[in-house]
Amino acid sequence: MSQTVIEVENIAKLYRLGEVTTGTLSHDLNRWWHKIRGKDDPYAQVGQTNDRTRKSVSDYVWALKDINFKVQQGEVLGIIGRNGAGKSTLLKLLSRVTSPTQGTIKIRGRFASLLEVGTGFHPELTGRENVYLNGAILGMTRREISSKLDEIVEFSGCAAYLDTPVKRYSSGMKVRLAFAVAAHLRSEILIVDEVLAVGDIEFQKKCMGKMGEATRDGRTVLFVSHNMQAISTLTTRCLLMRRGTCFFEGSTHEAIAAYLENEVSSGNEYVSSEEKSGIAQLVRAKVETSEPSGTHVHGQPLKVHFEVEVKEPLQNASFSFQITDNLHQPIVHAWIFDSDRPLLRTVGRHKITCTLPHPRLYLGNYCINTYLADSRSKSMIESLESICQFRIEMHNQHREWAWQENACKYTEEWNWEP
Amino acid sequence: MVIQPRNGWLDLHLADLWRYRDLVLMFVKRDFVAVYKQTILGPIWFFIQPLLTTLTFTIIFSGVAKMSTDGLPPLLFYLAGTTPWNYFATCLTKTSTTFKDNANLFGKVYFPRLATPVSIVISTLIQFGIQFLVLLVALAWHLWQGSPIHPNWVAMILGSPLLVLMLGALGLGTGIIVSSLTTKYRDLAFLVTFGIQLAMYATPVVYPLSTVPEKYRTWLELNPMTGIIEAFRFIYLGAGSFSWDLLGWSAACTTMILMAGIIIFNRVEKTFMDTV
Repeated sequence: MSQTVIEVENIAKLYRLGEVTTGTLSHDLNRWWHKIRGKDDPYAQVGQTNDRTRKSVSDYVWALKDINFKVQQGEVLGIIGRNGAGKSTLLKLLSRVTSPTQGTIKIRGRFASLLEVGTGFHPELTGRENVYLNGAILGMTRREISSKLDEIVEFSGCAAYLDTPVKRYSSGMKVRLAFAVAAHLRSEILIVDEVLAVGDIEFQKKCMGKMGEATRDGRTVLFVSHNMQAISTLTTRCLLMRRGTCFFEGSTHEAIAAYLENEVSSGNEYVSSEEKSGIAQLVRAKVETSEPSGTHVHGQPLKVHFEVEVKEPLQNASFSFQITDNLHQPIVHAWIFDSDRPLLRTVGRHKITCTLPHPRLYLGNYCINTYLADSRSKSMIESLESICQFRIEMHNQHREWAWQENACKYTEEWNWEP
Repeated sequence: MVIQPRNGWLDLHLADLWRYRDLVLMFVKRDFVAVYKQTILGPIWFFIQPLLTTLTFTIIFSGVAKMSTDGLPPLLFYLAGTTPWNYFATCLTKTSTTFKDNANLFGKVYFPRLATPVSIVISTLIQFGIQFLVLLVALAWHLWQGSPIHPNWVAMILGSPLLVLMLGALGLGTGIIVSSLTTKYRDLAFLVTFGIQLAMYATPVVYPLSTVPEKYRTWLELNPMTGIIEAFRFIYLGAGSFSWDLLGWSAACTTMILMAGIIIFNRVEKTFMDTV
């Protein structure tokens, strides 16, 4: 029997832009003056929608507006959206770190949030002491922690360092220990925000397993991530946030599609919108597709054009790009170094083109990540993510079965014998 | 549980604080351990500081300025004044930066914010305990020497915990009011360190209340710390001007300030993350 454990009604959060200093006293007085006359907050009216790219007119902004959703018990709800879409603000409201400007949130059950784990770790205390401290901060009693200490230590894999001060831990170990504490919390609702980005593969798998286990126990999980792979494996339902509002709510598959379509890139051509300070930058990139409007037929040669503006001559330039699928997983990687042939050695604009003679990308949507670097100093000059979206179609391929999107990512040439 | 933009004035979540009592203890332990890791002398530092202060007072106020000490041995007189005063002052200054110091932690996890200042008041008790020990040793030595002091043993056992509680509560109340107000306007933070030094002279710490001229006396008696310090000195040394009226006034003020502090603190804790 599932019941609603989180109910969010018309939540809104108003933030003041810029520095909160000199203007505040007069604003406070004005606000107070309106309040005693029974009027609405004068600054809450002028707030505009949250769009970080445009310069705003007013000093106040709605970081969140009109958010409504419900979460059932045992559900894993994913929350996705661009940076600044309001994901973290929403989690902050849910975890009571700050309170909403308007609206109400009803929560049934105990709440544990993993907003950047390891908060409250004291560097001078030992691992064991920190487990107790961190557990207590997250709302566990001493007795609960003692009874789970062995489990926590085993999960973290830090048994050998338990009596060493945490300041001597590596950052990965800190995260492991912190996540272990939080994962063993006896809370009905768990909020996870981008913690899986740290830790090695083995530990990430462990964490994923733990989250799956949590839902089987009937616990509810809210999961925020930019990692579409993790989102799609862990969640069934997603909330797509956009400019402080809930843009889409529904199945994970549709939400991710909507996210990529609206947020990630517009078209198969990229043109840099701003002058960057680096010594070189990609000003234009285009995937030349076999069909119009960014559609490419499977198996056809694929050309990718780049135009790089060099402001200071480079001696050891290297350039590479990846083709990534709709879950941001790289499928193809191609590169060129200065040692292969002179690259970007003079100031000015350089055009380079890469041709993939027989790309066998499978049906689906793809993007490009680019990496411009100096291979001698091993420093990244510019990297771009998710530009030049294009789609692979397979309509010229004979097949007796319908093509299934996401059935695979890449096909190969083959010969059957006899 | 319902999260709303505004709660009632008296919706203080004190039950929450009780539920998190283990957290308060962990904070106390953390504060204590963290201070002494990697120091050689450890808690001895707590001895040195009050001893040097008392010695300075003895030389300057008693030796040079020849100020009255109500006929008591100067060393004992100053110790009995600075021990409770230091406890109050430390509680006040440490809790007054609650929001600023813990912004990072408060920004990530929810727990009753009051747990932090309360734990500070408790962990400061350790420092007080050590200084108190110094006072007791000095008292024993003077008694053995046959000095004219008359400690009130019954009152000592019954009254001391009450006085310490009042000191802590007053320090906590004032501290959290200051910390709540400094989230937006940082000016107050500068005032505290400097104000607390001035406040010591507005309290009979280095002089007895009995020597204060009549026209200033009423003002001095309005200071809630006056009653506590005088009572403390009366219990331990059997001298000074103790009165129930004065102590009652102190108790009333302490309760009021603590209540006001908790209310203001609760108002601020909900949205301070947006301003701090």
